[in-house]
Amino acid sequence: MSFLKRPIVLFLLFAAFVLLFPLLLGGGYLMNVLVFMGVNTMLAIALNLLLGYAGQISLGHAGFFGLGAYLSGVLTVTYSWNPWLAMPLAAVVVGLAAFLIGFPILKLKGHYLAMATLGLGIIIYIVFNETVELTGGPSGLSGIPSLDLFGITFDSDLENYYLIWSFVLVTMLLALNLANSRVGRALRSVHDSEVAARVMGVNARLLKVQVFALSAVICSVAGSLYAHTMTFIAPASFGFNFSVELLTMVVVGGLGSIYGSFLGAALLTMLPELLREAKDYDIIVYGVILMLMVIFMPGGLVRGVPDLFRKLTGKKGRSNA
Amino acid sequence: MQFDQLLQYSLSGLSTGAIYALIGIGFSIIYNATGIINFAQGEFVMLGGMLTLFFLETLQLPLWAAIPCAVGVSTACGFLFERLAIRPLRQPTPINLVIITIAGSILIRGIAMLVWDKDTHAIPPFSGEEPIAIAGATILPQHLWILGITLIIVAINRFYFYHTISGKAMRACAYNRRAAGLVGIDVKRMVLFSFMISSAMGSVAGIIVAPLTMTSYDVGIMLGLKGFCAAIIGGMSSGLATVVGGLVLGVLESLGAGLVSSGYKDAIAFIILLLILIIRPQGLFGKAESERV
Amino acid sequence: MQTRFVLLMSLVCSLLLSTAAFAAAPLKIGALFAVTGPAAFLGEPERNSAKMVVDEINKAGGVKGRQLELVVYDTAGDATKAVQLATKLIKDDKVVAIIGPSTTGETMAVIPVAEREKIPLISCSAGSKITDPVKKWVFKTAQNDALAVGKIYEYLQKHKQTNVALLTVSDGFGSSGREQLKAQAAKYGMTVVSDDTYGPKDTDMTAQLTKIRASKAQAIICWGTNPGPAVIAKNAKQLGIKLPLYMSHGVSSKKFIQLAGDAAEGIRLPSGKVLVADVLPNSDGQKKSLMAFVKDYQNHYKAEGDHFGGHAWDAIMLLKGAFDRGADSAAAVRDQLEKTRNFAGIGGTFNYSTQDHAGLGKDAFVLVEVKKKDWILVK
Repeated sequence: MSFLKRPIVLFLLFAAFVLLFPLLLGGGYLMNVLVFMGVNTMLAIALNLLLGYAGQISLGHAGFFGLGAYLSGVLTVTYSWNPWLAMPLAAVVVGLAAFLIGFPILKLKGHYLAMATLGLGIIIYIVFNETVELTGGPSGLSGIPSLDLFGITFDSDLENYYLIWSFVLVTMLLALNLANSRVGRALRSVHDSEVAARVMGVNARLLKVQVFALSAVICSVAGSLYAHTMTFIAPASFGFNFSVELLTMVVVGGLGSIYGSFLGAALLTMLPELLREAKDYDIIVYGVILMLMVIFMPGGLVRGVPDLFRKLTGKKGRSNA
Repeated sequence: MQFDQLLQYSLSGLSTGAIYALIGIGFSIIYNATGIINFAQGEFVMLGGMLTLFFLETLQLPLWAAIPCAVGVSTACGFLFERLAIRPLRQPTPINLVIITIAGSILIRGIAMLVWDKDTHAIPPFSGEEPIAIAGATILPQHLWILGITLIIVAINRFYFYHTISGKAMRACAYNRRAAGLVGIDVKRMVLFSFMISSAMGSVAGIIVAPLTMTSYDVGIMLGLKGFCAAIIGGMSSGLATVVGGLVLGVLESLGAGLVSSGYKDAIAFIILLLILIIRPQGLFGKAESERV
Repeated sequence: MQTRFVLLMSLVCSLLLSTAAFAAAPLKIGALFAVTGPAAFLGEPERNSAKMVVDEINKAGGVKGRQLELVVYDTAGDATKAVQLATKLIKDDKVVAIIGPSTTGETMAVIPVAEREKIPLISCSAGSKITDPVKKWVFKTAQNDALAVGKIYEYLQKHKQTNVALLTVSDGFGSSGREQLKAQAAKYGMTVVSDDTYGPKDTDMTAQLTKIRASKAQAIICWGTNPGPAVIAKNAKQLGIKLPLYMSHGVSSKKFIQLAGDAAEGIRLPSGKVLVADVLPNSDGQKKSLMAFVKDYQNHYKAEGDHFGGHAWDAIMLLKGAFDRGADSAAAVRDQLEKTRNFAGIGGTFNYSTQDHAGLGKDAFVLVEVKKKDWILVK
């Protein structure tokens, strides 16, 4: 493989782009949006591991995101924990919980799994809303402290950008490694045919649950980061609507493609900004875009755009006879 | 705990449950004919109520004319939905179907919000508002309408699916699409019919419950989800099993809200859903499915 | 692979840079309203009123020769969006003050941004904790829910109905109200015998009401916004519950009467005076502003100017007052706002001070009752 085509080079180019982009921008509202984009990218990658590689649908991922956010939030606000202790604890708790509930749930397939995860997500949301003494209920939890490291307090958009995107890059590295490893291949075999994979000696059940738990852990970390950069969280951000948005990001970007998840997250984070002028029509545009994407570009942008490009410029030799 | 309190909870639960049952049957019909879970089912329920309002108030039609018109337009929407969203799908994998039906529901909701408004509206009850007392509990005439119409629809359903050719053809598609196609059944048309029937039923459900619960552009979401829970409990049958599922769900919800905690009422439906899916995914009355490898 | 990557990156770049910032202009006021979403019944009239009064001010020549520019963003009732958009207003649009948001939850989320960026915020939401404790840059125009609760409890105390059942909606407005209802119960000698909630989209509250009927409650206080309270009113009628039903100012609009129909008769609630503007005595200091507002709104939007739109009207007029007194930078506006005295607005008569950024007193609310499908004043 030529030097330029090695996956690591692509990743380094991407990392450089991410790290240098703010210098191009020089601050402003857009930085704030990019911080969100980072969180969304982490979440999309997490969901993609489950959905794109292992082929398991989840409509409740916003729940794990919320769990990470609330665990970090409540521990640091009410119990004055150090955020850098709360975050890993939250991740461990969420991962464990996902592991345990994954066993019974991942026996299900297709629509049934979708509904089970949907139910799980909604139950988590209701708990956030109802446990008012702990979480502040529907009015949310405010006053979450910002993170600080080596004397720098991360409370401006620029600082948060670098904080979040560092985590994103680490997540990407992790995901890319996973995808190209033995585990990744086992995952894809489970996706293609669980029975065949089992016959080949893959412990499909355990693998699915492990990916589910890993996915949940990434979401939890993203949630903790979100809590500390926003300093305010409310249950409304962690409901069914957001789970649908995450799903959309992954599908639009391209299932099974890590860079696709970034693309999907980028597009869907920017979309409300671009559609702001359309006011009331934006919900329709959103639905239409979604439908068109699924019908005409089922592979997502990452495969669809180059395909389109190729079709438009026409490959040499493929002429209409 | 007094008897009349329990009775009240149960009676209220029964009528809510009947609505869940109707919506659940709608889900089952589509699922049985096509294997698709239609996340937009709840929106047809919303359309039923909102369209009736439109025909009643804007066009000033009397109630008995507004209702059939509303059902008719909803059915047309079901037709359009299948044609524009489901049929063009080149890769009907579960994930794509889930997304496209969700996208469809977002679209329908968005159009409803634009065409009408974001307000809540009341529809007059079919036959007055005088409460009827039953052994210490009370219900409204509208509750009787709901239960009655649900039973009628279930009966019509049973007749259609078991005693008419097209109904039997649809059941054949559910058992084995390829075999059905081989014996000459137009599977694509059956898919279309199933959507039209479901949207008609959904809109009827929306119309009969609207005088009680009022209607607005976003009532479809929760109702759709709970209707789906009812269908799962009933094992995705398009008959009595789902009705029982819906009634059980409604009563448990009502009892839970009254006896345990009103805040967690919605959670009850989803906890039941999870339990059923984990312990007995074929529903209370279904037979376990076997998968060909 | 390489070309694909470059293509991808250019796609992303063009997307990102297409929303670049733009420069600033006259006296810019930012507004965050929940025009769509579950709080649209708040955000839409608020946006309409704000636009209406800004247009009028501009037509009359602006303030000190400068035009006002209103930049409105729709938060859809989402606190996260509110924070993002607040940042946008401050960083991109460079506004000198922000009015809104429409709900307490959103306001609590935006407060740290306003405090950090030192931009005055005039919220249009009711939560008492917005200005209690006082924050340097945060003001509000909506009456405190603490005042609303006080009005109801006062009346109940006078009529010796001291056992109350609470039925509140599980959203920001309801939970804030519930907090106040529980906190102030002892002060008025009230005992909360039953404390239930319902979801904003719930369609049947007979279970909760049946429980309340079996308790020792002498009055039911329902705290929520349409359609929930309308359903509750109808359910109560169905169950034959004879206990007096009190609502919150969240349903102080004709819409509630429309939805609840006959079941609304006899329901009492605290409301801003705008609902009964025409029956107020002429000696009432607010009557002039109220009548003008109602007439104006009717002309502009062919709908009834209500209690919620009034919050935005008040906010803009308070800002105008500050501008009139010479303020034109964020810090100066804040200082001048604090010096507002005796401004007769829609929500009440405003008196801000360094300790009081809510500005209203008990006279901000009146108790009204539904009689024959309309609102009447309760003496």
